[in-house]
Amino acid sequence: MGAPLTDRPAALRVQGLSVTFTGGPIEIPAVRDVTLDVGRGEVVALLGESGSGKSVTARAVMGLIDEHTRVDAEVLMLGDVDLLTTTTEQRRRLRGERMSLVLQDALSALNPVLTIGDQIGELFRVHRGASRKQARRHAIELLGLVGIPGPGQRVDEYPHQFSGGMRQRILIAMAIALEPEFLIADEPTTALDVTVQAQILELLDSLRTTLGMGILLITHDLGVVTEVADRLAVMYAGRVVERGDADSVLTRPAHPYTEALLRSVPQAAQRGGDLLTIPGSPPSPGQVPPACSFHTRCHMAIEVCRTVRPPLEPVAAGRLAACHRSQELLNGVPA
Amino acid sequence: MTTPLVLGATRGQSAVVLEATDLRRTFSVGSRLRPTHVSAVDGVSLQLRAGETLGVVGESGCGKSTLARMLVGLEKPDGGSLRYRGEDVTAGRLRDRRLLRRGVQMIFQDPYTSLDPRMTVGDIIAEPLAATRTLTGAKRRERVAELLDLVGLSPGMTSRFPHQFSGGQRQRIGIARALALEPDVLIADEPVSALDVSVQAQVINLLGDLQKRLGVSVLFIAHDLSVVRHIADRVAVMYLGRIAEVGDTATVYDTPAHPYTQALLSATPAVDRADRGRLARRRVLTGEPPSPANPPTGCRFNPRCWLATDVCRTEVPQLRELPGGSGRLVASHHAEQALAAPVV
Repeated sequence: MGAPLTDRPAALRVQGLSVTFTGGPIEIPAVRDVTLDVGRGEVVALLGESGSGKSVTARAVMGLIDEHTRVDAEVLMLGDVDLLTTTTEQRRRLRGERMSLVLQDALSALNPVLTIGDQIGELFRVHRGASRKQARRHAIELLGLVGIPGPGQRVDEYPHQFSGGMRQRILIAMAIALEPEFLIADEPTTALDVTVQAQILELLDSLRTTLGMGILLITHDLGVVTEVADRLAVMYAGRVVERGDADSVLTRPAHPYTEALLRSVPQAAQRGGDLLTIPGSPPSPGQVPPACSFHTRCHMAIEVCRTVRPPLEPVAAGRLAACHRSQELLNGVPA
Repeated sequence: MTTPLVLGATRGQSAVVLEATDLRRTFSVGSRLRPTHVSAVDGVSLQLRAGETLGVVGESGCGKSTLARMLVGLEKPDGGSLRYRGEDVTAGRLRDRRLLRRGVQMIFQDPYTSLDPRMTVGDIIAEPLAATRTLTGAKRRERVAELLDLVGLSPGMTSRFPHQFSGGQRQRIGIARALALEPDVLIADEPVSALDVSVQAQVINLLGDLQKRLGVSVLFIAHDLSVVRHIADRVAVMYLGRIAEVGDTATVYDTPAHPYTQALLSATPAVDRADRGRLARRRVLTGEPPSPANPPTGCRFNPRCWLATDVCRTEVPQLRELPGGSGRLVASHHAEQALAAPVV
């Protein structure tokens, strides 16, 4: 199960990752036993709704956690580096250098009182020991790479002088500045308009081919997943419930949750009719139902779903699902 | 814009409930001494017919929300007129506002901030009734229970507070509040964009169902094109404060005639794996959307349009019907050319 599903060299390998919040009166397990791998030059999508643990997974991998969070994992490897044994200082150096993160909210992720040239240049000055002049030159190059017009002039402007799409591109420029082998993009296009979203997705796609970057794309948008993902992991209530190559998961889901998600999105063919809905709403991490955490909302739930938690098991070649009835779902049992 | 256009008047099957003619709204921003004027809505004419759903799509900053706020009377237009059931309510006098409030209600985008956290659900839903002195005591409570039932919540929930509900349930409460006065028109400004995917479908179905049962007209504003395609009978595409194209949903989506509509539709990822790679074939718009503080002259889309010619830079294109075109109106000098060369 832990073996990589791809033959490309791994950019990231995660096995048995659990993240627990210990700050409150009771411990809250936000992420449980997540196994993931991202090959170089590959886009893996992590799909899930709010509270499913996608972003917590990303922050745990990056090592961006506070003292009230406990991270346990069997394996956490970035290329050949074991992230579980690195010190905080080594981890800090790895960020930006070998892995980086693009956040959703570009305005709050940038420092409002520094020019973007300073902010991009800082990476080169800290990690590469570049001079101010060199750093500025690199910053201009990067702005051009991510498609900002007139980079020579705009390098001295402040974040508020850029539009939302441009700010997002600046964040991407910062994330790829040192050509890391692994990039996490946490909802990079959620706040953007579709025409800008298309530009950003295209940019990410060209980066993975030209720089051979492995990308973990965190999103709740099925359209984005459909367009760019090579492989896909679906999270629900802190666990991965289905994982496999995007083509087969999106065309023939093996978990009722994935199936319901796909069918709850409006499609051109069934205009006007009722959309399939999932009753209820996603559970909060503190109150996840026992056994199969989806059983309370599942239209296929049977007795065993309420008592035994289904393990994430292979259901077909290169595919895993955590459902007692995946075989029936794959064989096309009427819903 | 001197001649107010009557949209879709050729196919007047049902009565017009809400009619906006040449609505304009400009905001002053920046320093008081040297204010900059932002033209948010510039000459928008729309007709909402009884029982129909009109979708309004466009990117952020195109004036969708300002238009919505003017239609419910939360924002006073600088120019143009607004008529509700034939009565001119543009001036915003007390009786205009009363009339508009009874007939036109709004569903807000964010269910987390549009409900007062210190009021019970019962009080929230009864507030429109209280404000208009409709019904009393027991009758009012009965109506609240009825409304909760209508939006699929248990009538026993009246004494709970908003924080005890999930996002989807809160949006249902907002819808129940909007329906309290039995309005003819619901203005829904991005009603599902703050919700999780699995919950979005519930709210979309609810709106569709309510419309069938109550015959209410809905103006549905969204940036999500697939949602609008699903729910709307007609669609208006807005660009930088003006309507670029308006017509039947199928006509606009299948054969877009405005270059902007074409670009917008081609940039939308399809939820069908067989269509992967669609974005690579999209019509790429050069440059960023221009700022409404300093809109381009002539056609506001001309700096980003691949068909733009000199006439586009000087003359504002009026909404016009294309020859043989099923009641669809388009504001482009080169609509015929665009229609002849579809993107994707």
